[in-house]
Amino acid sequence: MHNKVREPLFHIVKRDTLPWYQAWGIRAIAIVLALLLCALITTLCTHLNPLKVFGTMFGGAFGSSRKIWILGQNLAILLCISLAVTPAFKMRFWNIGAEGQVLAGGLAAAACMICLGDKVPNALLIVLIIAAGIAAGAVWAVIPAIFKAKWNTNETLFTLMMNYVATQLVAYFVIVWESPKGSGKVGIINQSTEAGWLPQIGGYKYLLTILVVAVLTVLVYIYLNYSKHGYEISVVGESERTACYVGIKVGKVIVRTMLLSGALCGIAGVLLVSGTDHTITTTIAGGQGFTAVMVSWLAKFNPLGMIFTSFLLVFLDRGAGEISTVFGLNQSFADILSGIIIFFIIGCEFFITYRLSFRKPAKKEAAEHV
Amino acid sequence: MFDFVSFIPRAIMQGIPLLFGSTGETLTEKSGNLNLGIAGIMYVGGISGVIGAFLYEQGVGGAAGMNGFLAIMIPLLSCLLGSLLMGLLYCFLTVTLRANQNVTGLAMTTFGVGFGNFMGGSLIKLTGSEVPSIALSATNSYFSKSLPFASKLGWFGQIFLSYGFLAYLAVAIALVAAYVLKHTRVGLHLRSVGENPQTADAAGIDVNKYKYVATCVGSMIAGLGGLYYVMDYACGVWSNDAFGDRGWLAIALVIFTVWKPNIGVLASFLFGGLYILHIFLPSGTNLAVKELYKMIPYVVTIIVLIITSVRSKRENQPPASLGLPYFREER
Repeated sequence: MHNKVREPLFHIVKRDTLPWYQAWGIRAIAIVLALLLCALITTLCTHLNPLKVFGTMFGGAFGSSRKIWILGQNLAILLCISLAVTPAFKMRFWNIGAEGQVLAGGLAAAACMICLGDKVPNALLIVLIIAAGIAAGAVWAVIPAIFKAKWNTNETLFTLMMNYVATQLVAYFVIVWESPKGSGKVGIINQSTEAGWLPQIGGYKYLLTILVVAVLTVLVYIYLNYSKHGYEISVVGESERTACYVGIKVGKVIVRTMLLSGALCGIAGVLLVSGTDHTITTTIAGGQGFTAVMVSWLAKFNPLGMIFTSFLLVFLDRGAGEISTVFGLNQSFADILSGIIIFFIIGCEFFITYRLSFRKPAKKEAAEHV
Repeated sequence: MFDFVSFIPRAIMQGIPLLFGSTGETLTEKSGNLNLGIAGIMYVGGISGVIGAFLYEQGVGGAAGMNGFLAIMIPLLSCLLGSLLMGLLYCFLTVTLRANQNVTGLAMTTFGVGFGNFMGGSLIKLTGSEVPSIALSATNSYFSKSLPFASKLGWFGQIFLSYGFLAYLAVAIALVAAYVLKHTRVGLHLRSVGENPQTADAAGIDVNKYKYVATCVGSMIAGLGGLYYVMDYACGVWSNDAFGDRGWLAIALVIFTVWKPNIGVLASFLFGGLYILHIFLPSGTNLAVKELYKMIPYVVTIIVLIITSVRSKRENQPPASLGLPYFREER
């Protein structure tokens, strides 16, 4: 009897967990391939030596001390928002509303600065600003969480819609607080009194933000890895049924984690409005709520890894911005480059989790069966 | 008096890109793929059409040399090709490589919007115009051509017959999609793939094939929304970021219609109306209130989302395996 079964060329097998250096090796290969593709595209667009273009990117990110400070500031804010979304992602709650939560926090901070600017002493004002910002961010995040916990409302779509509600709310207040009237923006708040401005450390404008976020990174790392709450989050993320079985109240964990997530976004909003920008616009979060999702996921929800991934994305953004100005391309070039690199990293995760097992040559197969 | 005769056509024109987007996204979601990249795909669809039309207009040297058939087919096909490529990329990453759908979708949006603005910016530079936009008025005249007697029929003509052919195509595609999903074997298979891929696989349905085809067709339909926006609604003028957040609104519309494209026809017009309501509502001199009116479509979507989840009627739920990758050997 000769029953011939067609065997596919390869099939896919799940790997055992790879040692970390192999996993990062695969990711490094993916990044290198992505950079090669980016170099190719850049050369096609600018007709320049790709090495020179990469040199320009480095110049854009690290060229002067001012540029390094801006890089650090952008990195800190993106990292802060990424830290905020991470606990939620770890329990598979897809909070893509960080944008709205940052706006809510920023709006609350701006409201305190404008309405209470000359009524309370500055120290009290700053405390109020921080409290209000954190509360506003937390409220914005906890609304979808409550509905998720109680009625299993789809959180991805809910948080997404909350972004736009927050944007319009800010747009409303921007017009209410317009100064000067008719300009369509709020302008620098309390420019003369500097009431409600977070203090500068040693004359460096961005140092405070960077320090605060550095502390937060360590705290979130400890919270996720060494606390009971962190453990509950990972159990809920792995399997809600298991969590129920061992007596974890899933709804409570969801609401609590989202409160934390929103509060961290609120801090990012306060740092932006009260710490550096001293004004509020609808684009103050600048799409970083979405970028943060990628940062967090690329780092496999590890807060320390996120320092590296957010650095990568901010570097690309600053560097590609420099290419745009130097070579007269437009700013969106950065989005294309980061898109390509992210696609490669997303794709390479497959090769970390799975292995292709190729069809063995027929002879060898026969020999094995004898 | 509220001016319905001018309000309704504007609401419908505003709703058509959303209808394309939501029909495409519904098909995609029915196969279990939550494609958050739809905003990026609509951008790519729009800019691909613009590139096609631009090259054609330049190639034949202006409006005089243009052939009506080619003037429509070239942008249409380049739009479909552009969005098909984006759909394939999404499928390759999420179906073949089983990547996380939310992350892939957001990356696609970043990439797509960036691609659109970059190409748009480059074309604007190429034309060397003063204003930051490209005007393709010759192509626009073919796309927005309505029936010749529409203007003679008074308010009836204005409300029902004053649109370009893509608007009617959008309605037709939505109705066909609804029929296919509800009444054909292919639709049944597609729904089963989205609800429970394990069972579908056991029944002999090629899950990956259905996911690929549904997502790619969905992307192409959504891409047409971008094309309609540029060529008809915006009168052939591409300017960067003009498309705005309509892609996300299309995703909202999918929930609003509880995954039924036939409801989508009316719902998209309603959304279009809500989107431009702030222009028509009286607000006097208080400009700030207008910003609050712009919130209405999103608030309405949230309310619908909450109501469907609270009532939890089985036919109104999202596909059960929405957003989850399928791997046969994983139990």
